[in-house]
This record gives sequence, C-alpha cells and structure tokens, in this order.
Amino acid sequence: MATETLHHDAHADEHEHHDAGATKVFGFWVYLMSDLVIFGSLFATYAVLMRGTAGGPTGADIFELPLILGGTFALLISSFTFGMGVLAMNANRVGQVKMWLAITFILGLGFLGMEVYEFHHFIHEGWGPDRSAFLSAFFTLVGTHGLHVLFGMIWILVMLVQLSTKGLNDVTRPRILCLSLFWHFLDIVWICVFSFVYLMGVL
Amino acid sequence: MFGKLSLEAFPLHEPILVIAGIVGILGGAALLGALTYFRKWGWLWNDWFTSVDHKKIGIMYFIVALIMLMRGFADALMMRTQQAIAAGGSAGILPPDHYDQIFTAHGVIMIFFVAMPMVVGLMNLVVPLQIGARDVAFPFLNNLSFWLFAVSAILINISLFVGEFATTGWLAYAPLSGIEYSPGVGVDYWIWALQISGIGTTLSGINFFVTILKMRTKGMTLFRMPIFTWTALCSNVLIIASFPILTATVAMLTLDRYLGMNFFTNDMGGNVMMYVNLIWAWGHPEVYILILPAFGVFSEVIATFARKRLFGYHTMVWATIAITVLSFIVWLHHFFTMGAGANVNAFFGIMTMIIAIPTGVKVFNWIFTIFRGRLELTSPVLWTLGFIITFTIGGMTGVMLALPAANFVLHNSLFVIAHFHNVIIGGVVFGMMAGLTYWFPKAFGFVLDEKWGKRAFWCWLIGFYVAFIPPYILAFYGAVRRMQSYPNAEWQPYMIIAFVGALIIMAGIACTVIQIVISTRNRKAYEDVTGDPWDGRTLEWSTSSPAPFYNFARLPVVGDIDSFWSQKQRSNEQLENTPYTDIHMPKNTAAGPIISIFAMIFGFAMVWHIWWLAAFSAVGMLVSFLGRVFNDDIDYYVPAAEVERIERAHQQRVEAQA
Repeated sequence: MATETLHHDAHADEHEHHDAGATKVFGFWVYLMSDLVIFGSLFATYAVLMRGTAGGPTGADIFELPLILGGTFALLISSFTFGMGVLAMNANRVGQVKMWLAITFILGLGFLGMEVYEFHHFIHEGWGPDRSAFLSAFFTLVGTHGLHVLFGMIWILVMLVQLSTKGLNDVTRPRILCLSLFWHFLDIVWICVFSFVYLMGVL
Repeated sequence: MFGKLSLEAFPLHEPILVIAGIVGILGGAALLGALTYFRKWGWLWNDWFTSVDHKKIGIMYFIVALIMLMRGFADALMMRTQQAIAAGGSAGILPPDHYDQIFTAHGVIMIFFVAMPMVVGLMNLVVPLQIGARDVAFPFLNNLSFWLFAVSAILINISLFVGEFATTGWLAYAPLSGIEYSPGVGVDYWIWALQISGIGTTLSGINFFVTILKMRTKGMTLFRMPIFTWTALCSNVLIIASFPILTATVAMLTLDRYLGMNFFTNDMGGNVMMYVNLIWAWGHPEVYILILPAFGVFSEVIATFARKRLFGYHTMVWATIAITVLSFIVWLHHFFTMGAGANVNAFFGIMTMIIAIPTGVKVFNWIFTIFRGRLELTSPVLWTLGFIITFTIGGMTGVMLALPAANFVLHNSLFVIAHFHNVIIGGVVFGMMAGLTYWFPKAFGFVLDEKWGKRAFWCWLIGFYVAFIPPYILAFYGAVRRMQSYPNAEWQPYMIIAFVGALIIMAGIACTVIQIVISTRNRKAYEDVTGDPWDGRTLEWSTSSPAPFYNFARLPVVGDIDSFWSQKQRSNEQLENTPYTDIHMPKNTAAGPIISIFAMIFGFAMVWHIWWLAAFSAVGMLVSFLGRVFNDDIDYYVPAAEVERIERAHQQRVEAQA
C-alpha cells in the first residue's frame, strides 16, 4: 500500500489521474439513472395491475401502515446517518466513518426485517405473489427495492473491511461517495413506494 | 441432481441437428487442438481474453458477431428453403416446431448477437480514438461487458444441442411465452441469454456515455466531436434509458414462469398487453441504438471520400438528438391493432411519421456533402450510396406502416418483414460493412482488398432486392409472417425468387470472407504505415495503424471540427518537440472472463432448474467480483522512455516506407 501511495504521489500533478474519482462518481450517477428506469418499469406495471386482484385482497385489505411507517423511518434515518458518515470522511475521521456506516447498516437491517416480516405474513395468510397480478406487481416492486437494500448492506460490510485495511484513500473515498449516492437513491425510491403503493393503496 | 436435464434433452432424433452438432463438436475440437498444438493459450488469455484495451475488445466483438452472422444466416437460408418448397400442401423439410425455433433464433441472433456487437464493437474501436482518449472510462467493465455478451452467445448456441430454443418469435410475446403455453426450456434459454447479455450492454452504454462526456481531449467541445462519436453518444443514451426496461420486463416474465406469478397471464388479473407495451418501449429505441451509429459511419465515410467537410454538421447533430428523443414516443406503432382507440393510434402514427423529418435532413446532408465534392467510389462509399437509396425506400414503407388504417391491413404480414429487413440490412448491415472496411486498417495496420469488397457490396445489394421485393408483393396477396407452409401454390414463384435472393446474399458473405482472407495473406502489400490511408479528417487517423496500446503518445489538442484535417493543412512542429511523459494505463484482468463464465453456468443452471449449481455459480460471481474489488494492483505507468522507443520505431517504419 505504501508503494502505491508513493507511486501516485510521483504523478500527483497529472491531470488525467485527478479526474478518476470524479469520473467514477459521475458514472455511478448514470448507473443510478438506468436503475431508476427499472423501478420506473415496475411502478408502471404496478399502476396497470393494481386493480387486477382476481378476487384476492386489495392493498387496503392487507397493508399495515404503522409497521411500514416504522420501516420507513428506519430507512430515512439511515440516510441521515450515512450523511454524517460522509461528513466524517470529509473530515478524515476513519473511526467515525466506520461508526456511522455501522449504524446505517443496523438501520438497514431493521428496514429489511420489517419487509421480511411483512412478506412472510402475507405469504402465510395466502396472499403470496402468485395469488393475483396485483400481488405479483407488489411483491416484485417492493422486493426489488428490498434486494437493493440488501445489496447496499453487503456493500457497507465490504467498505467496513476496506476502511479497516486501507483507510481513506483515492480508492475508498469514491466508493464511499458512490455507496452514499446509492443509499440516498434507495431512500428516494422508497418514498415513492411508500406514497404510491402504501398510502394510495390504503386511501 | 440435474434438474430437468436428462438424456432426452439431446435432440438425437433430428438429423439436421445431429449433423450440425457433430460438425460443431469436430470444429470446436479442431480449434482447441490447434490452440494447444501451437501453444497459443497463453497468448490468447494474456493478450486478448483478459485485455482491457478497447481496440482489442472491439475486435473480439466483431469476431464473435461475424461467427454469429453465419449462424443467423444459416437459419435464414433454412427458412427461405422451407418456404420455397412448402407450398400447396407440401410439408417441406422442417417440421413446424423446428421451423418456429429457427425463425425465433434468427431474429434473436441477428439483433442481439450480430447487430448489437457490431455496433458496440465499432464504438469500442473508434470512439476513444476519435475523442483523443487513451482508453474508456471503465476499462475493466468494458472487458466484463464483452464477456457477458460472449457467454450469452455461447448459451444460445448450447440451446441448439441441449434442449430446444424458444418457438415464440424473437420478442417472446406473452402469454405464448408463459409457462402454460411454453412449458419447455426454449423460452428459458431466451430469457437468460438476453438477461446476461443485456446487463453487459447496459454497462457498455454507461461506460461509453461517461467516456464521451468525461474523457475528451483538450479543446474537443461537444460540437467539435466527430459525427460517429455523436451518434455513439445518442445511441448510448438510448441504451441507458431503454435496456433497463428490457431487464425489468424479462425479469417479470421470469417470475411468471419460475414462481407462478401473474404479470402476463390470461387470468388472475394479468395483462398480456402490458408485456407487449413494455417490450416495445425497449424494442423501438433498440432499433435506433442500431441505426444511429450506422448513420455516424456513413457521415464519416462520405466526408472523407468526398474530401469535404460534412454538409450541415450542426443539423446532423440536432437531427440525431431529435431522433433520440422521438424514438421513445413511437413504440405503440408496433401494435396499432391492440385496440387502444383512434386517438392513441393517431398520436403514435403522427409521431412515427415525424421521425422521417430528421432522417430526411440527414439524407439531404449526405447528398449535399457529395455535391461538388470529389467523391472517390471506394467500397465504403458504395455501401453508403447503396444505403441512401435502400434505406430511403425502407423509410417510405415505414411511413406507410405508420398509417394506422393501412397498418390494420399490413399488420403481421410479410410487408412488415420486408420493411424491417429493408431498413436493417440497408441501414445497419451496410453501415457495419462500411465501418468494417473503413476502420479495418486502424485495427490491423493493413487495408482490405477493394475488389472483393465491391463484389460483396454488389451481391448484398442485388441479393437484398431479389430477396425482399417478393415479400412486399406477397403481403398484398395476404401472405403473413412466420408461415411454416402455405396452401396457395401461386405464392411459390415469389418464394423461390426470395430464396435465390438469399443465395446471392450468401455469395456476398462469402466475398467478405474471401476479402478478409486474401487481404490478410497479402497484408505486406496492403500495409498502411502512415496510419492515415484515406487522408482522413478525424483524430483516429493521426496515430499509427494499428494504434499503440496507449493510443496517443501525446494527447492531441483540438481546435476545430475535423481537427486532424485542419492540422494537416498547417505544419505542426511545436507539438512534436514536446517531451514524452509517463502514461497511466489500466492492467489486464481475469475478473471479466471469470465472472462471465460463472454467469453462463448460472444461466444454464437456471434454464434446467439445477438449483444447487445456480446457487454455486451465483456465489462464484459474487466472490470473483469481490476479488476484483479487493485488488489494488489494477494500473501502472508506461515510462516515457518506453513510449519514446515505440514512437521512434514507428517513425523509422514510416521513413523506411517513404
């Protein structure tokens, strides 16, 4: 690692190398936009199929808002804690970055726990994704978001390992920034899910 | 243990497949044996498979695409043979189930595994050179994209000998592609081949979008970019915005088939037209993903060989952007007969016709570039002229199809087949052939034989018209697409003419093969040492051929459109005397091929419901990806002295030639 740093210092004045981190973050923004199109397709499908209940339950019959609200708050607060982590990174405090990431991980786990409980409950009641088109669209939209959260949590673990072994450097900093974009992105998508699926479903 | 896979999956009762299988196995064994005998494995792995050099990746895309062209064209020939025979009660040579697999495979292969890799391959080869960059933004992802595509191509060829392919048509419309009507593994092969290669394509789109926006050399503003780079940029915008729709749609079909969900089923609230809407919301932009870079190729070719700046550079750019935007609001014209109502159909009909306007602008720009230029009739120019005429005819039949009232008559008829082959062969294939000929010396350091190139062109041009005018005519007699046989014997002469057309096209493909073989054999005579065989206008011609792995020893500075051309008009002493500097380059990586091989095993395991293998390979993908993430040894510096040595050697070659 030490030689790597030295190596980079020797070329510190080089224009192209300085841009590498910024290019990565920009590329990640573009990836997020394409990921958003996946969610857009799933939202559109949900909008078309939400009335296709085939005699099964509707959203109003099965959604439990207090539970969802709890998960929502866990995710919203986790966005705040991640923001604190990025501030700590800007202040070069590795220990604090790790602490905030760990808190974010736990909050993410709480959110995911809520979702797993909800899915398990629905399937147990006979309202599984094969019951109707509405439930297929619901499970897929919410589940895709959940898979993203799970992936984000694996990524947090990877970053915790890398922060311990490498510290903050040219490689880990852009990765933390990308992960933070990813995490906030999931928050925004969830706000849409919460409003569009749960609130409108219960109305 | 092996899921649904059993010995019955091997089609030992179909003689055509058995012969193809034996030929395939023997050919493959011969290839592997030759590689081992000549000890080429290390060279192949180190210099090519793990390479992150965009030029080598571009060449690999083209090689796979040309191989898949043979496969897709063999399917086409079988279809033409079948329809030339199976008239008036004759059953022909192919049973319906096999025939259905063939037309599905033909469409899927030609679009996803021939046209797409040619377009992406050309972008790989050309775009970084045109913008004065040393590589793409994310070289490892670029290698991964290629391998995800390549293993999908392998997966789709496995379906030939293990199991079956989809019988649903290339877009696998639901509910036909649902588990109820397609219980076999054919649709699953379709699903996983598309899903894996589609993810690669999305990554490519992001990669090139960022490359073009972030990696341009000093002075190259957006409106100084070469037109091919512009069309590549717009094409990548379309990839980024549309391929995720395909991913989501195919994923929903997967959930329907694997977990019994009800997105696109007839009952339980499913909506089959949602599938058709979603697949075309991707599918229509997809055709512009293919055609826009072809437009770019023609623009470069015509400006170079007319020795004139492209007429109306700015209108060309804006026309490209207009097409990019419009391509997202026309998808419903693929199914006017859905019954969306007169107003909806009218909207999409009008939007479709409006696309003809920016396309018309382009056609006039090309014609005005020729006007008062000194046009050299080289083979890339022939492809371009053939394109202008053929594509315009195809565009006009497209406007006819855009009329909802006419479309109700023409929907699902051979008219549609003739129309889209008219624009895809006349546009994309001609464009890729022109691009292949034009940029071949940049990739390999020698030009292609002109005589055989022109023969290939004439065979393709004549063959196209002979093959696809008859279906236009037959459509008015009521002939529909995807017929395994037809009772009306009066159609047979037209079908036989179309078959002859296919044979002429086959001669064209043979000419290209001969052209490449002859040129390679005589590569000393065809050598291009200057790096600028056509007296080109854009930056890729300012470096040597084949370009050094770092592309440019000194990054060029751009002050104009066609900057290399204006540079050649003045002396450039000052730049050439600046000292060389160390060059920062990415290292080759095995992560791309390894992840992709796991992806292929994953796809195969999912097709056959071999769950343990699917889980194993999913973990394999994750672990090998993490291996890449934890690898810090990913880049290095080429010392200035080494750059100087390579550049001096090149200089000496140029002087020796002079």
